[in-house]
Amino acid sequence: MSIDSVFVHKMWNDNELSKMVEGGIPFPMMSDAGGKVGTVYGIYDEDAGVETRGRFLIDPDGVVQGYEVLTPPVGRNVNETIRQLQAFQLVRESKGTEATPSGWKPGKITLNPGPNLVGKVWEVWKTDMAFD
Amino acid sequence: MAEEIDLSCARPTGGPVGETVKTEGTEKQTKILKEDVSMIKVGKKAPDFTAPAYHKGKFINVKLSDYLGKWVLLCFYPGDFTFV
Repeated sequence: MSIDSVFVHKMWNDNELSKMVEGGIPFPMMSDAGGKVGTVYGIYDEDAGVETRGRFLIDPDGVVQGYEVLTPPVGRNVNETIRQLQAFQLVRESKGTEATPSGWKPGKITLNPGPNLVGKVWEVWKTDMAFD
Repeated sequence: MAEEIDLSCARPTGGPVGETVKTEGTEKQTKILKEDVSMIKVGKKAPDFTAPAYHKGKFINVKLSDYLGKWVLLCFYPGDFTFV
């Protein structure tokens, strides 16, 4: 979503993005003229008249599980977004019985929070697990 | 889910839907409220909205609440022809 019109979205997709991604962009490219939606989400920069790089992860109940906002010059890490999505999906499927510690990615250990884990995290989780 | 919109030369816009935040009070108070816009909170409902969109060759209208039951990644960016 950006402040550009749907007409500009079409030109960008048809003339440039479709050359990067076969078939063009598969998801809706939304237009937020005036930044009305961006303002509600707290990422509209009134001074510059554009939206900053805000990214919101919303679960199937419509609840915001996480967000990240960057100023325009720095791009986002799509892998990190996917990792967070996988972690939130795992937690949701476990109905909250499992948690994904720092550095978790698919295949790494999860934790089962509860009285038995208090003071015992060091036994199962090592600091090098925080890194790839 | 998302209905196609019949566009001519008009530039369509969307916006938040549902209840709006109370902005009663004097003009001065309203201004203060406006400057005090708070950030979205994790663990709370994402504000619903509608927005016109371009999707696979069509102009459509997207409503966030139509996606209940699915995971949604909502991405804002400064402008077309920039990176993500």
